[in-house]
Amino acid sequence: MARPGASGQPEWLTFTRRLARRRTALFGAVVVVAVLAVALTAPFVSPFDPLGQDLENRLKAPGWQDGTGHVHPLGTDHLGRDILARVIFGARPALLVGVAAVLISGVLGMVTGLLSGYFGGRVDDVLMRLADIQLAFPFILLAIAVIGVLGPSLFTIIAVIGVSSWVIYARVVRGAVLSIREREFVQAAQALGVRDWRILVRHILPNAFTPWLVVATLDMARVIVIESALSFLGLGVQPPTPTWGGMLADGRVYLSTAWWLATFPGLAILVAVLGINLFGDGLRDTLDPRLKV
Amino acid sequence: MTTYLVRRLAQSLIVLLGVSFVVFFILHLTGDPAAVLLPPDASAEDLQRFRQTMGFNDPFFVQYGRFLGGALQGDFGQSIRHGEPAFGLVVERMPATFELSGAALVIALALAIPAGIVSAVRRNTPVDYVSTVIALLGQSLPTFWLGIMLILVFSVHWGWLPSSGRGTLQHLILPAITLGLFTTARIARLTRSGMLDVLNQDFIRTARAKGVSDPPVVWKHALKNAAIPIVTIVGIELGTLLGGSVITETIFAWPGVGRLSVQAIYNRDYPVVQAAVFLLASTFVLVNLIVDILYTYLDPRIRLR
Repeated sequence: MARPGASGQPEWLTFTRRLARRRTALFGAVVVVAVLAVALTAPFVSPFDPLGQDLENRLKAPGWQDGTGHVHPLGTDHLGRDILARVIFGARPALLVGVAAVLISGVLGMVTGLLSGYFGGRVDDVLMRLADIQLAFPFILLAIAVIGVLGPSLFTIIAVIGVSSWVIYARVVRGAVLSIREREFVQAAQALGVRDWRILVRHILPNAFTPWLVVATLDMARVIVIESALSFLGLGVQPPTPTWGGMLADGRVYLSTAWWLATFPGLAILVAVLGINLFGDGLRDTLDPRLKV
Repeated sequence: MTTYLVRRLAQSLIVLLGVSFVVFFILHLTGDPAAVLLPPDASAEDLQRFRQTMGFNDPFFVQYGRFLGGALQGDFGQSIRHGEPAFGLVVERMPATFELSGAALVIALALAIPAGIVSAVRRNTPVDYVSTVIALLGQSLPTFWLGIMLILVFSVHWGWLPSSGRGTLQHLILPAITLGLFTTARIARLTRSGMLDVLNQDFIRTARAKGVSDPPVVWKHALKNAAIPIVTIVGIELGTLLGGSVITETIFAWPGVGRLSVQAIYNRDYPVVQAAVFLLASTFVLVNLIVDILYTYLDPRIRLR
């Protein structure tokens, strides 16, 4: 990656500069890094124990101080647990599921897209029909049906989302491969008798990586929303582990009396997802403006 | 043209066959469908008897063949909870889901296409910025949170609109906005970028050079060409809407297929789940087939293939 670009600078540096010049992308990156940092350091930055119940101080409004003078900046929930602490710890399952599921579907989609685009013909037909079958399902419904049968657990959720989200990667990588396949360096390698898998890994994959990365970034936002939706329906990571979706579901019951229960976890999802989307959009516009994702 | 249609039809049938296999397989994920269907406290004899009567002891593909044969005749078995045919229960709820998805799609198209066009034509003006920011927020707002916040503001706080149920137009407003916002944002962004692509092309410059005034250039020359990707995304977005209806219907207690399936999953009523997944997926396949046929009228290049 340290090859000098036209300006004499390493390519990655030129690229980072161009990306950073987009203010919205930079803002997105800052938000993503902040959310990530909060998730990693949750036990240190959280003002309270996210599981610590305090039944005497249930449903206290934001900014309320308890007997010892401790402030609950975002209030407490129906079991007297601090909302801010739970929002902070809720970032963990969201990001964990986001990263793990994106890696699984990303690898699956990359392999499918490479094979489909490079070999074409029968292989392409079969794989793209599989993609059509996958796309025909209303995603959430299929996910909750499968999780309902297998039982909700962190592993099941990651596996279900990961295994069923490969299509977008496959389509984008396939599209890239179709054009890379025709380029001279690939044809030269073929003429020299280089094996197919080696051409795929050494020559095609690096060139199909850019669109893949853009899709992966934007898809992370979608996966985080899905993780919250599953938790909201009670089919995500199980209580008492705090999840943004689970907090929303709890807060829904107290909507008319305690608005803060449902409001803040939703804002947390919005901020995380917006940050990722802004960063992903900037990444796309910098790397490959014509990419339609 | 005929070859294209025949091929497209054959593809749709293959996809439906695949869908039926996945739907069948859901019950077999744990390896023991009897344990999934019976209550956890069922005795070993009960399980054995149930396996025998349901044919779960037969070879896998014999079971699939039986499932497919039933599915083709609209027979997904009896609902465990309601004791009625699962297919009938789902079909009964379909109109409510179509009403909600249709309303959401209408809202999305009515807002997104004008917004996208204005954004593209008045590029880099405050109008463009505002609509871009709204579209971005719309893509980032989780549906279920938006729904809850709308209930909080319009039902709980102001008491203007009902928060649950189906019946009048008032009942439809909040769920349709909730369900449609994501699609609105997607279509608005797509319309904007599609229009920008087209507006920069030679034939638009030619039209302008010939002295065609602004409105007809935008509405007649440009939009017609930008419409093609929009039509495709409408077909795909319908899938998003049908899937999203699962969440939206749950929040607003909308009596559609989505809410029925969520309840069925909680009750382990899998025949209903299977029928619902199969019918919604089939709807999606059918709509996309229709979209592709419409497409041949919009884009003559496909007709000639």
